[in-house]
Amino acid sequence: MQELLEISNLEAGYGLIKVLWGANLAVKQNECVVLLGVNGAGKTTLLKTVVGLLKVWKGKVTFDSNDITYLRPDIRIANGIAYMSELAIFPNLTVEENLKLGGYFKGDKENKKRMEKLYQYFPDLKEYKHKMGGSLSGGQRKMLGVAKTLMSNPKLVIMDEPSSGLSPKFVKRVIEVLNMFHEEEKVAMLIAEQNISFLDFAEKTYILDGGKIIFEGSVSELKSNNIIREAYFGITH
Amino acid sequence: MLKKRIGSFGIILIIALIFIFLPFVYNNQSFLFNMMLYIALAEGLNIIYGFTGYLPFGYVGFFGAGAYSASLAILFLHFPPLLSIFIGGMGALLVGVVLMPLLKLSGAYFAIANLAASQALYYIVANPNLESITHGPYGISLASVYNPHASYYTMLAVLVLSMIIVLFIRTSNFGLSLLAIKEDRITASLAGVNVAKARAIAWGLSAFIAGLSGASFAWYVSVFYPGTVFSLNISVIVIVFALFGGIGTIAGPLVGSLILYSFYNFIGISTPQYFQLLYGILIIVLVLFLPDGITSILQKRKIYVP
Repeated sequence: MQELLEISNLEAGYGLIKVLWGANLAVKQNECVVLLGVNGAGKTTLLKTVVGLLKVWKGKVTFDSNDITYLRPDIRIANGIAYMSELAIFPNLTVEENLKLGGYFKGDKENKKRMEKLYQYFPDLKEYKHKMGGSLSGGQRKMLGVAKTLMSNPKLVIMDEPSSGLSPKFVKRVIEVLNMFHEEEKVAMLIAEQNISFLDFAEKTYILDGGKIIFEGSVSELKSNNIIREAYFGITH
Repeated sequence: MLKKRIGSFGIILIIALIFIFLPFVYNNQSFLFNMMLYIALAEGLNIIYGFTGYLPFGYVGFFGAGAYSASLAILFLHFPPLLSIFIGGMGALLVGVVLMPLLKLSGAYFAIANLAASQALYYIVANPNLESITHGPYGISLASVYNPHASYYTMLAVLVLSMIIVLFIRTSNFGLSLLAIKEDRITASLAGVNVAKARAIAWGLSAFIAGLSGASFAWYVSVFYPGTVFSLNISVIVIVFALFGGIGTIAGPLVGSLILYSFYNFIGISTPQYFQLLYGILIIVLVLFLPDGITSILQKRKIYVP
């Protein structure tokens, strides 16, 4: 299968501090990739660099066979990338307005259709569609963030810790919904997580440590790697 | 959306009809002109402040630039007044383009830089060394084209235009993208909004309306000084009017200007000492109890405010 996103020798950081030291990563069409790493490993930096929020110091990012290394974030989004950060919503806009912004590049008709589909998966959002995003509970906000990200019918969804701050029940729900969209719409996903529940539907995993990719492989390979088992899952035998 | 647009058009139509026919029954045309002027300026300021959150303390700079651009077009190029009004709008837009790098600043830094820019413009225009061009501190006289009747209706057209622009912004995806920028520029760019372009358009529209207003004012009064059209009071008044009514809507700046300018005229001129006191109290009460303006009373009750 063809690579949808390809990151080669990526170096980036903040000010004078280099965080990524030549990271390599690839996501194929319709593939779900989970990027694991402890706090400070550089996961968010890597994702921010891919969507254009941080400048690339060195290396190359290609998406859908196009070099996007130096494109503005809005152009990358228009090309079919959707990004959900940890603070993904507009709290002072209504749920409906948030969703409309998620499908900013689509026409009103298409947006309406898409919104109705998403309301089926997130019935709470339909009920609260005229409420401000900021008035929702933490779990509902996260759901709104996920729905907003899926509004644009993207080729690739990039998510930064979608489970952070959520109860296990909501984490399960997020995984279910993402899995459904992954299966139904063949959307590729790159999810940076610390929560290993996301491995259940991952087809490939990477582990980022100290700004470098130290592991690349399938979930079963990951789980059978003793060093990784010990370092990330706390399994010593 | 269509219903909301039609409702908002209804309000604009009513306002236009009021200002068309009111001079026939109420002969204080100057009051009506200034009322229209302040509504248009409050709506113009609303575009950049209400929708993107950039507070332009130096908004009067565009007003002055419009007044001077139009006047110089009349005096030196002998353009007809209506064309000169348009030149006034374009002059302010040009100043807006020059000042566009300020949009990279935010919050208080933007407000202060913008204020300084408007004052710099004032000192340039009032410079006696430029007397041959701007007439320096001695002011401008447009007595040869003085026509209060025509300039009144030109101001009305500017007012209607400003409200239509705000209506479009309020009910379009472009307006939604501006609100997203106001909320969080980074998240807006991640929704696919071209932040730099959207805020530049809002800035330009806001400047253009202030320029047209300044040009109409110059034509209406026909004699003015740099201190008249670059007075910081204008910025402050317009900001207070817009905030009093509630920003981010068409109705807010309209209601704010109608109430406060009427209040100023009926009390402020006859008994200025009481006016200052009451005005101060009113603003304190507003900030404490209605920080989002009068129209927020309706919005809190889930009533749509155009």
